[in-house]
Amino acid sequence: MTPTSDLSGSGTYLSTGSEWTFPLIERYDAAIKEIALNEFGLDIYPNQIEIIASEQMLDAYASLGLPISYPHWSYGKEFIRNEQLYRTGARGLAYEIVINSNPCISYLMEENTMAMQALVIAHACYGHNSFFKGNYLFRQWTTADAIIDYMVFARNYVLKCEERFGVAAVEETLDSCHALMSHGVDRYRHPPQLSAQEERQRQRDREEHAWRQFDDLWRTLPARTDGAADRARAQAVFPSEPQENLLYFIEKHSPKLEPWQRELVRISRKLAQYFYPQGMTKVMNEGWATFWHYTILNRLFDKGLVTSGFALEWLASHTNVITQRGYDQRGYGGINPYALGFAMMSDLRRICERPDDEDRAWFPDIAGGDWLKVLDFAMRNYKDESFIGQFLSPRVIREFRLFAVADHEDEAELAIDAIHDEQGYRRLRRLLSQQYNRDTMVPDIQVTRYDHRGDRSLTLQHRTFRKRPLDDETGEVLKHLSRLWGFTVRLETVDEQGKVVSQDEITAC
Amino acid sequence: MSVIIDRRLNDRNKSAVNRQRFIQRYKEQLRRSVSDAVGGRSITDVARGGNVNIPVRDISEPTFRHGQGGDREAVHPGNHKFLQGDRIPRPEGEGGGQGGGSGEGDGSESRDDFVFALSREEFLSLFFDDLELPHLVRTALGDIREFKWQRAGYTPTGVPTNIAIVRSLRNALARRIAVGAPLKRQIEALRASQAPAEDIDVLEKRLERIPFLDEFDLRYRHRIKVPQPISRAVMFCLMDVSASMTEEKKDLAKRFFMLLHLFLARKYEHVEVVFVRHTDNAEEVDEKTFFHDTMSGGTVVLSALKLMREIIADRFPTDSWNIYGAQVSDGDAFGADPEKSRSLLADQLLPLVRYFAYVEVPDDSRRVSPLMYAYHRITHESFAMRSVTHRRDVYPVLRDLFAKETA
Repeated sequence: MTPTSDLSGSGTYLSTGSEWTFPLIERYDAAIKEIALNEFGLDIYPNQIEIIASEQMLDAYASLGLPISYPHWSYGKEFIRNEQLYRTGARGLAYEIVINSNPCISYLMEENTMAMQALVIAHACYGHNSFFKGNYLFRQWTTADAIIDYMVFARNYVLKCEERFGVAAVEETLDSCHALMSHGVDRYRHPPQLSAQEERQRQRDREEHAWRQFDDLWRTLPARTDGAADRARAQAVFPSEPQENLLYFIEKHSPKLEPWQRELVRISRKLAQYFYPQGMTKVMNEGWATFWHYTILNRLFDKGLVTSGFALEWLASHTNVITQRGYDQRGYGGINPYALGFAMMSDLRRICERPDDEDRAWFPDIAGGDWLKVLDFAMRNYKDESFIGQFLSPRVIREFRLFAVADHEDEAELAIDAIHDEQGYRRLRRLLSQQYNRDTMVPDIQVTRYDHRGDRSLTLQHRTFRKRPLDDETGEVLKHLSRLWGFTVRLETVDEQGKVVSQDEITAC
Repeated sequence: MSVIIDRRLNDRNKSAVNRQRFIQRYKEQLRRSVSDAVGGRSITDVARGGNVNIPVRDISEPTFRHGQGGDREAVHPGNHKFLQGDRIPRPEGEGGGQGGGSGEGDGSESRDDFVFALSREEFLSLFFDDLELPHLVRTALGDIREFKWQRAGYTPTGVPTNIAIVRSLRNALARRIAVGAPLKRQIEALRASQAPAEDIDVLEKRLERIPFLDEFDLRYRHRIKVPQPISRAVMFCLMDVSASMTEEKKDLAKRFFMLLHLFLARKYEHVEVVFVRHTDNAEEVDEKTFFHDTMSGGTVVLSALKLMREIIADRFPTDSWNIYGAQVSDGDAFGADPEKSRSLLADQLLPLVRYFAYVEVPDDSRRVSPLMYAYHRITHESFAMRSVTHRRDVYPVLRDLFAKETA
């Protein structure tokens, strides 16, 4: 894949050397912006581009990419781990980190050459940025305008707590919250809370309803005598529906937490929620950004703004990024989200521009359509799971030579479930889409019962997913949970028929 | 328009506090690991810092996760030999090729021991954590006997050698301008009003009479005496090299001496080491001879102590040196020797030294040697002794000996 034209026109290059300067970055940014916004119609937050050194990149890694975060040892651990990998050369640093905020903050490494800075600007400041702004999950679950301010608040709050209650106490609570973070997100919107006025209105409506329904005849019926209603109420299960957001439940109902601890639970819950869309859209997000840096930089070249040396440099790096190793090759680490995402996005464009019979059969709606609209629609309305389920084409399956291995507990051998052939396409597409389903990754654990009238114990239910057990760390997590809860915590494991198969219990000390 | 900001000048150690927290949290584990690390490697490397392993359990961040087992399908790329329905044997262990990869694959790397590099500073401060030089406080606060000259600005009086030329000339220039300015203004005014030349002449003469350099322009560099805690230390290594001291015991002794040296070097700017070996008579030798030459003969501990006393009197006056003594022996001593040694040590040496440590490397740790028996009666507070039988004991002994005094 080389730039489409080698006879670059006017020869008014933006730059020729590999060194970057601030004025040059500005010029490149302006040129890229012109292409991204005016030619391809991307919709973005304003950009804030920050140049940082490699140590600062390590710092940024450690605090989850956020420019500011509260102090916690686990970030130190992360920092040390990354530093180690970086120092020993086992891993390079990312060229960039981009934060889902408004304005959209991107960090560029000072070590990058000009070509790399341009690549990064196109990738992060226009690719990721427009994804953050457009994708429904990000729109629904994150508030880009507020995240930096919220982190400032969180940091100050944690520091203040440390001052008042001691570092150890704060750390303990945060440790426990972190352990539950994967189960501290809402996947579905709660109905908005009623305002006081709406509440009053409803109350009036109910009264009026009762009044209209009044019939003196009811009074003549003999009353129930056995108090069954009372008992039923006493035994009523709380919460009435299972709750999947453990941190939320703890924050609202934990009988023992101090107010400041509740606030800490809330902070880590908010943080978990903020990162939730990123985990759900890895393939799409990276694919989208990679597709756009590829498209925009090629356009730069076609317009004669950059040299072929420049193009070769970013292409080399681009090729590295989208390398997909085979399952039996050295360095294989699963499916590369950049590779899969880029292949699918490029394939969507191809289906629109140059559809063949297969595409028309598989994607009648979009084959031959306007690629910009199709891509934009896909970016806005899908997450990895549904995106793959909808748009993974047989061609991409063939290119990746995908195959599925079935690993069933009661069989001695692994079986090849499907390969890239006529019979396998649909099954592979479904299986790969499943692979990005949250239930596959995160065990389904919900609060089923809080005995708030009795011993205040909390019962969780783990609904097994295809007979997959929890791993050995579960006991540790339960200890964290019971620290936050303050009373006995129980974890029931039920099979797919709803029968309880095992039960762990931690009694609070 | 995009905003471009140069953040390179910002603080680069944003994570320092997190790193500190992490180290603090697992200090106990680290300390254990550090002392293991020291036990394992050659003693001369100690100061280098280095890798420390912590079992992952201690720094784990557990979450609810799926474990091995159950049913699953995993999609992988790069098929070049499988057909649908093929059966392949389960790979050994996990994470191998086509096995249990995918989702959990990323998480399983953390199962290894967590290895990271401590900086030299971090390593040493952990290494010597809670260790305090005994009686250092006294030296620092109490009997200050050493002074250092230090610059302290300028003074209007002084000896000619200390004249600060630039400063003096600057004062002179300022004075000339200040005194001359009104005269110059007057001359200007007279010239402008076409005044007679003699009036102007008078003023110009006055202007010339302003001296180029005056007495009170002079400034001298000021120096003051600042009291300094003594930052020099001398460490006496006394070792019995009689035939009963095997290579193994010498190795223990060497470790102890090296640790002590490392420790002193951290606290003092300058540390001298004196090696005294003895059989039935003592001599001062260089390091190599001290550790590697073999000698044969009897054992007279007293000779070494006497030599130490002589060397102190000779070369290390107690008012300008912090003196530390460390003696290693297998404890064999005969006749009156232990008793005489004890009294020499207690009466004459201990008052001179900051600290004296006796480390015994016995054949049999349960037996009380004659020397130890005698030394037991020393009650002087700057004396300590321990018995060491294994390499691993050396570091804890040092810790014991120099444990921070809980006042």
